[in-house]
Amino acid sequence: MVNMIETMQDNACGLCCTKLEGFGVSIGKTEILRDINIHIHCGELTALIGPNGGGKSTLLKAILGEIPHTGAIKFLDASEQKSRKPIVGYVPQRLDFDQGAPVSVMDLFAASLSTRPVCLGYSRKLRERAAASLAHVQADHLLKRRLGDLSGGEMQRVLLALALDPVPDLLLMDEPVSGVDARGKELFYQLVSNLRRQYDLSIILVSHDLDMVARYADRIVLLNQTVLCTGAPVEVLTNEKLLKAYGQIYCESTVQNQLQPNIAGGVPA
Amino acid sequence: MEFWYAFVNQFIPFAWASHEFMKNALLAVLLVGPMFAIMGTMVVNNKMAFYSDTIGHSSLTGIAIGVLLGFQDPLWIMLIFSVVLAVAISILKLITTSSTDTVIGSVSAIMVALGIVLLSRGGGFAKFSRFLIGDILSITPGEVLLLAIALGGVLLLWSIMFNRFLLISVNQSIALSRGIPVRLVEILFCVATAIVVTISIQWVGILIINAFLILPAAAARNVTGNMMHYHIVAVLITIFSGVAGLLLSYYWATATGATIVLITALFYLATLFMKPRLA
Repeated sequence: MVNMIETMQDNACGLCCTKLEGFGVSIGKTEILRDINIHIHCGELTALIGPNGGGKSTLLKAILGEIPHTGAIKFLDASEQKSRKPIVGYVPQRLDFDQGAPVSVMDLFAASLSTRPVCLGYSRKLRERAAASLAHVQADHLLKRRLGDLSGGEMQRVLLALALDPVPDLLLMDEPVSGVDARGKELFYQLVSNLRRQYDLSIILVSHDLDMVARYADRIVLLNQTVLCTGAPVEVLTNEKLLKAYGQIYCESTVQNQLQPNIAGGVPA
Repeated sequence: MEFWYAFVNQFIPFAWASHEFMKNALLAVLLVGPMFAIMGTMVVNNKMAFYSDTIGHSSLTGIAIGVLLGFQDPLWIMLIFSVVLAVAISILKLITTSSTDTVIGSVSAIMVALGIVLLSRGGGFAKFSRFLIGDILSITPGEVLLLAIALGGVLLLWSIMFNRFLLISVNQSIALSRGIPVRLVEILFCVATAIVVTISIQWVGILIINAFLILPAAAARNVTGNMMHYHIVAVLITIFSGVAGLLLSYYWATATGATIVLITALFYLATLFMKPRLA
């Protein structure tokens, strides 16, 4: 396991930061996101918060390439050069799939990691690799289970393990633990927080759990069509007004004064 | 073919197997069955039952176009037509905001109507009813060879693309994050389904071909927990139903395709009650 982590760190060194510049998304005539400028550092957990319909999931999907976007997304290495295409891991909000499908956890891993058709079975090596990945999130006992038989928390851990193999440069998580109980949430955040340090991951996490975010995120971005404000959790979340305005719209000027760094985006009149 | 005939004579010394048309049909069933079982597993996983149904029904229009163009055997025109239609439906799904159900339902109804209008011109629809019911007993060795090639094609496609199909069927965003060109792969799968359905339609019949595609997989998924078992059970069900249906239809003098489908349906009902988990 230690070896694994070391090689992963070597691999992960390629990407140093991810920059979104003038990023925007329109679907049809509806402008969902505009003028997004975010700088995501390696080894940092960036939490996206904001009201429903504010474009958080859309932003992730646009970064993923599922939805077309305007503006630029740049993956840079340490010397600010364009790096190779990064490995992206994605953990969806909840897996919207056919509960009756006879897909086992092992099937899912094998389909992602190899080209040998899963319907012909899998090699011992692959099984061990999948088990090791799952052990990482304390889920190795789930290897042979059907996806449809997993509980919400189990499923999210499996999806996290999948997103981490191979170790990504950028990990995108869309409300990964919505609907999971408090203990499950705590475990999940601890896990993610440790992984970030171990692997030097850039993580973008969409979340509504402000208390979890307050404890585990390095940076918070408040998003509603554009970036309303960004800063350390202490700065963003200790502000009563901001908390009240969550779901409202913007950081008022008083908030801006307290938040020294990175205030971006136009403030609507 | 000679080898097959000798094989049947040697190992299946029954009266029914002495007819050449039964030997052809038996081989055809053994080829079509696994092909449909394999394809069906993914069609069901992708919730594409309605889509494959539409491709089947739309082949009426394919036949009509072939007949209008003066072809005795409209298979090639049907194939081209169904591939074009498959791509068209895929694109239509992408650009329209209506639900997939609505898009596919409309296409299906329009194509059936168009096919009936064209084929019934001058009152000659009756001679095309063989396409509706299917007639596997009339299959020729050349056509059996075509089925064998199609089965080979499906196996090849599965060996190259299966894992990608599977990942997309589980979650498109995850598939995309792993660098799979989701839209292209989806279109490839739609086209492959269209080809398999169209090639087999005159032997199985337009009215029931979808049941033949869907039921084995639907039955298999009731009792299996991973992809390997899913495929094995689905293939076994189609082989058993295929052979049993062929024999029963021979003795009962019924349409073969429909008889096979009824036996597959029995499997489906049985597995429904055997279902190990109530998920």
